Amino acid sequence: MGKVVLKLEDDISTDVIYPGRYMATVLPSETPRFAFADMTDFNGALTAGRVPPGSMIVAGKNFGCGSSREQAVSALKGHELTIVAHSFARIFLQNAINLGLRIVTAPGIEAAGGDEMSVRGETVVNETSGASYPVVKLPQARQAIIDAGGLIPFTRKRLLQKKSGDSHN
Amino acid sequence: MGMTVVEKILARASGRAGVRAGDVVEPAVDLAMSHENAALVINQFLEIYGGTALEPLVWDPSRVAIIFDHRVPAESAKTASNHKRVREFVAKHAISKFHDIRGDTGGICHQVLPESGYVRPGSVVVGTDSHTTSHGALGAFAFGIGATEMASVWALGAALNVEVPGTIRVEVTGDFPPFVGPKDLILHLIGRISAQGANFKVIEFHGKTIDTMSTSGRLVLCNMAVEAGATSGIVPADGETARYLREEAGVEGPQPATAADPDASYEQIVSIDVSSLVPQVACPHTVDNVKPVTEVAGTKVDQVVIGSCTNGRLDDLEVAAGILRGRKVARGTRMLIFPASGKIYAQALRKGLIADFMAAGAVVMNPGCGPCLGVHEGALGDNETALSTTNRNFKGRMGNSSASVYLCSPAVAAASALDGVITDPRKGRD
Repeated sequence: MGKVVLKLEDDISTDVIYPGRYMATVLPSETPRFAFADMTDFNGALTAGRVPPGSMIVAGKNFGCGSSREQAVSALKGHELTIVAHSFARIFLQNAINLGLRIVTAPGIEAAGGDEMSVRGETVVNETSGASYPVVKLPQARQAIIDAGGLIPFTRKRLLQKKSGDSHN
Repeated sequence: MGMTVVEKILARASGRAGVRAGDVVEPAVDLAMSHENAALVINQFLEIYGGTALEPLVWDPSRVAIIFDHRVPAESAKTASNHKRVREFVAKHAISKFHDIRGDTGGICHQVLPESGYVRPGSVVVGTDSHTTSHGALGAFAFGIGATEMASVWALGAALNVEVPGTIRVEVTGDFPPFVGPKDLILHLIGRISAQGANFKVIEFHGKTIDTMSTSGRLVLCNMAVEAGATSGIVPADGETARYLREEAGVEGPQPATAADPDASYEQIVSIDVSSLVPQVACPHTVDNVKPVTEVAGTKVDQVVIGSCTNGRLDDLEVAAGILRGRKVARGTRMLIFPASGKIYAQALRKGLIADFMAAGAVVMNPGCGPCLGVHEGALGDNETALSTTNRNFKGRMGNSSASVYLCSPAVAAASALDGVITDPRKGRD
């Protein structure tokens, strides 16, 4: 269960999530302090540690559109946020899966700031309003990366398989 | 059932006789491009190899391209140190397609790649930049990925778990009226299908207007396909592609042409006649908030920008110079011009365009991404308005979240710089 700490509209770009002027900061250990940097109140709450891990952001369609910058994902993951959106832009979705940011696609989701929500299997439940919303499953191909714990362990495993295959030839 | 161009490319690259939208494939990568964010790719790449006892070597250094363009020359010690780290990696791994901060071979990645002959028809191109879609202009399947995914490509030479995208076919007919061109066409298309209208899909461009369009114009279309959410844009390679590669990129020999099958399956077909198109402007703060210039004419602009991976090419600069020549940028309006590459800068210099710009009062900057994403030069002040030939107008895009950004063609940008307000370039001038 997590509390909705931020409610956003459609087409939230990676420029809003992680402004371009902080792009010289690349390491996942350093990016979280610039999450939503131009939304000074929310950024202040995040960086002051006032947003507990597991808190949720609820957004409209096409969350994460625009730049491919991976900082937009690592910055949110650093605060252990869950993003529930009507839909996600492709590169953001893929980056989230690769890095293990928790994202949920729920096309009909309705929630207000402060609502408590939980994700139960293929349903998101707004515990405050009592409504539940179906979750769109990720394609199986992407699920394999999540199951492996992200793209780095997934690729590492493939690399080792490839090398051992090479040495047997 | 036949295949679309991208289905054919992905079938070839994954060693299969045929693929369909929705199949999951692992295409071999022909070209893997990064810019400054190679610093993060290196970090993730080394992490993949952590604890494996394998030596971290990129799968094929000749297929890796790194182009510095986002912050050139470095604006801070932090960026300079990232640049330095990437240079050391490039040297150690013998990466040959490396374009450092130079006046001759440097520039914006999405111009340097095609003009250097790195992009070939039918190839698979990935880049850690969302505008990697640009390279579909040469008949390649080119798409943006994140840094960790690029690290995986560097290790394995393939893109893992790629879902074959469905395709939207866009049929374009008619001749462009004066002062209307490819930028107006793509803005119109994005306005029509929305910023999410092509999410997870490819936009395949066809029609007489595309057949007669230069590669430079096709780059504009494919560049901004991502602003409709597309995985990629593509123009099937043809005689113009071969001409561009031969004459402008120095690539000799015949080029493979991959055409869509006549019975290929499309998810949607969009037809556009450009003969009645008027100049288009994307208004704050989304790229699909597109209006005819006539509806926003008169809006005061503090800064006009011409350049970027979208519209910083020689033909763009020629259009702008034609409007600016012998005239003055309005007092109270700043005009910045960023040629897309050193090569284009030199061509513009020889043609006298740079002199035209300077005489008009514009500031000509070195090639780079600069003001487009607010990382370097040309930041906006509080509540200011910019009119730009770049590709995004999201809140905060140009470095200030209280500023507004309008997007347009080079013709609209140049005409507006003269009047200090958004101006229809079709209006007569003395």
